[in-house]
Amino acid sequence: MRTVYLDNNATTRTAPEVVEAMLPFFSDLYGNPSSMHLFGGQVQRHITAARERVAALIGAHPDEIVFTSCGTESDNAAIMGTLYSYPEKKHLVISRVEHPAVLNVAHQLQARGYRVTELGISRQGHLDLDELQAVLTSETALVSIMTANNETGVLFPVEQISAFCRERGVPFHTDAVQAVGKIPMNMRNSTIDLLSLSGHKLHAPKGVGALYIRKGTRFSPFVVGGHQEAGRRGGTENVPYIVGLGKAAEFVTNHMAEENGRVLALRDRLEKELLDRIPNTMINGDPAQRLPNTCSLSFEYIEGESILMLLSDEGICASSGSACTSGSLQPSHVLRAMGVPFTAAHGSIRFSLSVYNTEEDIDHVIRVLPPVIERLRNISPFWKDYLDGKPLSPFMVGGDAEHHVHG
Amino acid sequence: MWDYTDKVKDHFLHPRNVGEVEEPDGIGEVGSLACGDALRLTFKLDENKRIKDIRFKTFGCASAIASSSALTEIAKGKTLDEAEKISNQDLAEFLGGLPEEKMHCSVMGKEALEAAIANYRGEPSMKEEFEIVCKCFGITDKEIERVARENKLTTIAQVTDYTKAGGGCQSCHPKIGAILQRVSGKPAAEPAEQRLPPGKKLSNLQKIRLIEETLEREILPPIRSDGGDLELIDIDGNRVYVALRGTCSFCPHSGFTLKHFVEAKLREFVTPEIEVEEVKP
Repeated sequence: MRTVYLDNNATTRTAPEVVEAMLPFFSDLYGNPSSMHLFGGQVQRHITAARERVAALIGAHPDEIVFTSCGTESDNAAIMGTLYSYPEKKHLVISRVEHPAVLNVAHQLQARGYRVTELGISRQGHLDLDELQAVLTSETALVSIMTANNETGVLFPVEQISAFCRERGVPFHTDAVQAVGKIPMNMRNSTIDLLSLSGHKLHAPKGVGALYIRKGTRFSPFVVGGHQEAGRRGGTENVPYIVGLGKAAEFVTNHMAEENGRVLALRDRLEKELLDRIPNTMINGDPAQRLPNTCSLSFEYIEGESILMLLSDEGICASSGSACTSGSLQPSHVLRAMGVPFTAAHGSIRFSLSVYNTEEDIDHVIRVLPPVIERLRNISPFWKDYLDGKPLSPFMVGGDAEHHVHG
Repeated sequence: MWDYTDKVKDHFLHPRNVGEVEEPDGIGEVGSLACGDALRLTFKLDENKRIKDIRFKTFGCASAIASSSALTEIAKGKTLDEAEKISNQDLAEFLGGLPEEKMHCSVMGKEALEAAIANYRGEPSMKEEFEIVCKCFGITDKEIERVARENKLTTIAQVTDYTKAGGGCQSCHPKIGAILQRVSGKPAAEPAEQRLPPGKKLSNLQKIRLIEETLEREILPPIRSDGGDLELIDIDGNRVYVALRGTCSFCPHSGFTLKHFVEAKLREFVTPEIEVEEVKP
C-alpha cells in the first residue's frame, strides 16, 4: 500500500544523503574528537563543519551553536541555564500553548517556588503583546515563547517580543523546533538570545538537537561534565548525529525556497479542496500567519482518533489533538487554550507536509478523506440531529443529570 | 498507537447495526459531545419480548464504536432480563480485550443498554440518590462504586480508565479513593499523624514545613496542569489561608476544590485538624 506521510511536525524522514554522511562515523571514523592523537582529532573538523552549517541555517556565528541530544534538552538547557545565571530572579513568562518541553519545565519550577506567567492566546491563536509587556518585571529571569506552534503552525511575532524583552533587559528564548528549516531565520538581524532546534524535525535523525546562545548571553551549563561545546554542554560529542544534523541543515537550506513555494502550494490546495468538499470543517489557527507546511482542521461532530484510524487504513499518516489520541481524556492544551468549540475540539486533524510530498499524495487524501468523514458522521448520533436542525440538546453539551451524568 | 485486537479493528472498520430503529421500544443516550464520547442506542422487541432489532449511533474513538457494535451483536435475540445481565467485561471479552485506558468505552456501552431498558420500562434512568464525584466528566459515586466492584478495581488510575472519572482536573481523587476503600472493605489508611512516633506532636515549624511540602508535591501540580494556581497566604494554628489564582480564581467549582481536594490532602499528609480558608483579593 502507498504510504502518504503527512505527519512531519511529529518527525521527518531522515534524508538519504544525511544517512550517507553519517555512516563513516559509525565505522572507520570512530575516534573521540577530544583525543590527543590524530585518529581521534581528525574527527574534530567534521564537527566544526557541522557547526558552521547549522549556524548558517539560522544566520548565527558557529561559536553560538551548542549541540544537544534533542529539542527537549535544548529547551530545558535554555531555561535552566538562564535561571542558574540569574539566581535572584524568580519569574518566568511563557505561553499556554508551549510544547511540554517548556510547559512542564515551567510547571516543575512553579512547584519549586518560581512564579510563572502563562500568556493566553486568542481564538485565532495569537498572543496579546500588551499583556506580555505588562507582566514583565525586574524579577523576570526569562521569557520563553515558541516561534511556531506544533499543532496549528501559527507563528508568534518572536522578533517583536524579543525586542520588547531587550528593551526591558530580560533574556528571551524561543523554542523554534517547528520553525527552523521551514521558514528562514536570521539571528544576525535579531534580538533573540536563545533558540532551540531539533534535528529530526528537519530531516536529521532523532537524538540530536542544538541550542543557539547569542554571544554575550549569560548561560550556565545544564548538562555538566567535560569541557565539550566550550564548557556549555558536557558529554562526549555524538559525532555521527552531529555530522547528520550538519548535513540536514544544508539540506533544508537548499530546500527553503521549495518549502515556501511548492510545499506551501500543496498545503493550500489540500486545505482548500478539503474545505470545499467537506461541510462543517474549520481551520484551527490564523490561516495568514502559519508555517508553510502545517494545516490543522477540525471536522465537527466526529472524533479524531476514528478519523486517524480510517486514514491509516488507507496509508495516510496524520495526527490529532483529540482526547483519545492525546493520551489524556481532554483535547490538547493548544485547542483548549484557543477555545475551539466543543463540537469541533475532539475532531481535529493535523496534516504536516515536507519536501518529500507530491501532488499525488495530496490527490490521495482529497480522494480518501471526504468519504471517511461522511462514514463517521453517519455513525455519529449528532450529525443527523444537526442536519435536522435539532437544537443543542443536553446530550450534546453535557451537564444535565439525564444524559451527561453516568449513573 | 493503541494496541487494538483484530476483533476491535473489525468492528470499527465494519460496525454492525449502525443507525436508529424506527419507532423504537426503548432509547438510551449516554455520554456527550462535549465529553468526547457519546452513544445513542435504540431497540425494538418482537412478539416474544426478545430484542428483534437493535441499533447504535456513536461519537467517539475506534474502541467506542467497536464496543457499541459488539453490544448490539451480543444483545440481539435476548430478552430484556437477559440483556440486563450483559456486563462491560462481556463486551471487552467479545472484542478479545480492550486497552486498559479504553475500558470506559465498554462501560459506556453497558450504560446505554441499561438506559434504553429503563426507558422502555418507563423507569427513570437514575433510580437512586447520587452525588456527582467527577465534575469534569459528570460521573456519580454510584457508577464509580458499581464499576469498581464489577471490575475489581483497586487504584484511582483504574477508575479513570474504566469510567473517565478523575481524568480531568483530578480534584476528585480523594473521593474516588474513599469509594475504593468502601468497595474493597479494607480499613482506611492510617491517618498521617499516627505515622509520627506515639506521643509526639508536630511543632509549629514542622507543621508549616509539612504544609508547604504537601502543597508543592501533592496539591499544586494537578491544579496547575489545569491552568489554575494557589498561593499560601498564612498559617494560624491549624487554619490554612490560601488565595486562588489563574483559572481557579473564576472557576465555579473552586470552593469544591478547596474543601475536597486541598483540605483533604492537607488533612491526609499533615494533620486531620487542618481547616482551609480562602482569602479573597
